[in-house]
Amino acid sequence: MDFPMFHLDWLNDRFLIAMIAIIHVFINHGLAVGFIPYITWLEQKGVRMAGTSSITNSEWDELVYRKMKVAFIITTTLGAMTGVGIWFSAGLISPSSIGSLIRVFYFAWFVEWLTFVTEVVLIMIYFLIWKQSNRSLKAKIRHIRFGWFLSVFSWITMCIIVSILGFMMDPGNWNTDHSLISGFTNPIYLPQLFFRTPTAMVLGGVFGMLLTTLFTARNAAWRNTALKYGARWILCWAPVSLVAAIIYYKAMPEAMRENMSTAVGTMEFAQYYDLLRYMIPASVSLVAVLGIATWIRPRAIRMWMVLIPCVAAFGFLGIFERVREFIRKPYVIGGYMYSNLLREEDYPLFKRDGLLKYATYATAGKVTPENKLSTGRDVFMLSCSRCHTTNGINSIVYVFERLYGPGKPLDENSMAAYIPNMHNGRTYMPPFPGNQEELGALVAYIKHLQLTGESLEGAQSAGVTVNPDNNMNLAEHITDTTQSK
Amino acid sequence: MNHMLTLLQATTPVPRDIPLALPLPEWLLVVLLVVSFLAHIIFVNLMLGGSILTLWAQIKGMKDKEYDTLAYEIAKTITVNKSLAVVLGVAPLLSINVLYTVYFYSANALTGLMWILIIPLVTAAFLLTYLHKYAWHKLEHNKGLHISILALAVLIFLFIPLIFLTNINLMLFPEKWGTVKGFMDALVLPNVFPRYLHFLCASLAVTGLFLFWYLGRKRYPFETHFTTITRYDIRKRMYALALGVSLFQFVLGPLVLITLPAKGVRWNLVAVILCGATAALPAMYWMWKGITGKPEDIGRNFKKVVAAMTLTVLLMASGRHVYRSNALAPHKKLMAEKTKAFELLSAEARKHPAPEGAASGVTAARPVAPGAAVFQANCASCHKKEGRLVGPPVTEMVSIYQGNVPGLKKWIRQPGKKRADYPQMPGFPQLSEQELSILTDYILSVK
Ligand code: HEC
Ligand code: HEC
Repeated sequence: MDFPMFHLDWLNDRFLIAMIAIIHVFINHGLAVGFIPYITWLEQKGVRMAGTSSITNSEWDELVYRKMKVAFIITTTLGAMTGVGIWFSAGLISPSSIGSLIRVFYFAWFVEWLTFVTEVVLIMIYFLIWKQSNRSLKAKIRHIRFGWFLSVFSWITMCIIVSILGFMMDPGNWNTDHSLISGFTNPIYLPQLFFRTPTAMVLGGVFGMLLTTLFTARNAAWRNTALKYGARWILCWAPVSLVAAIIYYKAMPEAMRENMSTAVGTMEFAQYYDLLRYMIPASVSLVAVLGIATWIRPRAIRMWMVLIPCVAAFGFLGIFERVREFIRKPYVIGGYMYSNLLREEDYPLFKRDGLLKYATYATAGKVTPENKLSTGRDVFMLSCSRCHTTNGINSIVYVFERLYGPGKPLDENSMAAYIPNMHNGRTYMPPFPGNQEELGALVAYIKHLQLTGESLEGAQSAGVTVNPDNNMNLAEHITDTTQSK
Repeated sequence: MNHMLTLLQATTPVPRDIPLALPLPEWLLVVLLVVSFLAHIIFVNLMLGGSILTLWAQIKGMKDKEYDTLAYEIAKTITVNKSLAVVLGVAPLLSINVLYTVYFYSANALTGLMWILIIPLVTAAFLLTYLHKYAWHKLEHNKGLHISILALAVLIFLFIPLIFLTNINLMLFPEKWGTVKGFMDALVLPNVFPRYLHFLCASLAVTGLFLFWYLGRKRYPFETHFTTITRYDIRKRMYALALGVSLFQFVLGPLVLITLPAKGVRWNLVAVILCGATAALPAMYWMWKGITGKPEDIGRNFKKVVAAMTLTVLLMASGRHVYRSNALAPHKKLMAEKTKAFELLSAEARKHPAPEGAASGVTAARPVAPGAAVFQANCASCHKKEGRLVGPPVTEMVSIYQGNVPGLKKWIRQPGKKRADYPQMPGFPQLSEQELSILTDYILSVK
């Protein structure tokens, strides 16, 4: 309520953050954490394969180098920019929460930033001096050692990020203990880390095999060997990933129960959670089949045969991320701030005096019969728009029609009876923050939306209206009274 | 009334700040912001200046092969500098987020679409620079296409700083927030374009000095790359570039100062800026001597030039900060007062909340039986006594569960799916056994 509300009325605001974040996680896990050890391992094989007369097998080394080049280009462009993009999108959509988190966890982020800088510098060194270090065996061995060092380093970076994600979801500790340690002691921290590690390795391996099929001709000399090594890599990690996935899967409802102050199992969570039951065995067995088939008949492997398990493995990780997201609702910061960006502790004030009175941007500070629609829109923007659109994805009209029957005219009284209690049955939503009149305005606006199909523009195109009852004059009044005391 | 406040108009929004303490003393955060921003912007300068110079050299290289080589040599630096520019950008982003939370995010939201477009645009530009670098030999015979790839990247690189400047500028003027509708409105606020040109010239100057060192250093195998161009030629050109744009800054600088809205211009600002400009004078003199002096002496004063220019840049960056804090001081003060007042109100309301039910569908005046209260809070949004709301009416529940309290309790805890044309009912495992009992008693008593 203190920030202009950026709003994407078709795509849905949460979707924007989720899309950027998931691309980032894919690249981080599949092309850095899991990929670099795989590449280093192959680079080392090249040195072993070469006879005593040469430093490395140059054709093999060239193949491994080209694979690394792909990862290098993607991580330093899309990977780095989506990392920044998570910040940008969170700042647009959830400014109060990200602003609060940065104040409290400034050091955590600073450390995270330092590791991030180091990682980028190390990746650049590793890739850019590759060719130079082929000049002597000593340099090559140093380069390989550097690769292992980089692998460990990217893994540590991941550990820190997972912890940051952990304390953002942990309600109990926010109010009492604002420290990074609470992220490491979060009940799903270890299961999550244990899951991410082998899964990243599998992703890296499958992606590497995909590149092998792309970069080598069907009858090329090293293709079969490269594929077989890839198969060995993924067959090694897939069982660990399976076990870790099951452990994580089991730990999730527990975390869900601990993190949500109210209830377990919402419908949506349950749906995704059920999906995982099929996703885990399906994608792991696809990967295993690929590994075994390659092991037996590398010659028969085509690009598409690798592409399918590759997509499945990324999908597998994606669904896990989606399910994890649920653990945070209805809070953005557990126990402190709801997803609508309002603090839990301010609710009594809003309920008593109304939400609009304290909103910096609103068409009016009070609901009247004349301004019902515009104030209803303000109330919607302030209390529902972070998760609902008017007519797009997860639209408010659609969710109400699903309740009361598709296409039927919505009834204001029924909606007004539903909304103040919705957080009891639908625990992923925060309680309605406003007073009785604001509730009336909100349902009138929703009804109006159903009738007109009107859309709602965010501050990025419509600008903002400064609340006439809450602007400079009021602020000066406050200053004057505090000074005269 | 405080006279400083009269500078702000009545329609100025006064939001509340995030009511949490700063993680570090404010001055330390300011130092971190200024220093880390400098590190970031130097690499941005090198990325932008480097790509512009590559484009220039490559176009020239269509006639003279040596320049094509020069372009390739400069191009190799862009991809490294751009990676550093991005990672080093995160620290100032963190610090500005902490110091100017409300101002920065408000400006971001008001220009939101363009702001978020930075991500795909920069990604695309980065990919183009890689394509340009790695396709150098493949596209040897298709120079037109090859140069267009770079030209496109340069265009994007030229546009991105404009988005940043627009934001940084907009955040200084809360009194404008109510009038801005989208990026274009914010772009045309005074001062954006002069500052932009100022920045472009700085990029060229920094890049000139960087390449003077990079291509001129002893370890660089200059003679294996070039035959007709000499090390001296390049160094002289780079000095000339740096000197030329620095001279031009003496025209642009005052223009930036004049177009700055008056509210933050004070003596402290003018003093810092003048010191910065003065520090540049000896650097320019040494460059001039290098260019006009003997070829073997051209690099003699380089370290001094860099030192003086670094001082200039530091002072200019501090000037930026001085203006920012001057301009926002009155508004920040109001915001702090308002935040404090709100916190008091909120604490008071927590102690004396409005009576329960005031916001729910019931009229609060009528006293309710406890069972009915549980029903109101949890079930009334979907069930009413008679007729379908979201779920079936209470009368129907009574007819199904009369004499089967455990069955009813089980349903409430974990509802099944019965009626095909109804949505799924949520479960209520959070209700205590006692609440459940009074609730079921209440339901089954309804006639
Ligand atoms: C934390 C994000 C969030 C906020 C804030 C939020 N909702 Fe929801 N809401 C959801 C999600 C998620 C769903 C489930 C959508 C689905 O099942 O497809 C939902 C579903 C609903 C439903 C349908 C419930 C059902 O039983 O199927 C209604 C009605 C609804 N929301 C109304 C509102 C209103 C009114 C507001 C504002 C006062 C609001 N919501 C605020 C996330 C939110
Ligand atoms: C979000 C809306 C919603 C809320 C809140 C809700 N119900 Fe329901 N209820 C339904 C729907 C929809 C059905 C029909 C489900 C079906 O037949 O599959 C239903 C069905 C029922 C039934 C009939 C079960 C049967 O065997 O046919 C009972 C009893 C019931 N609800 C009790 C409650 C109680 C008690 C509460 C409060 C603790 C409650 N409901 C809260 C939507 C809701």
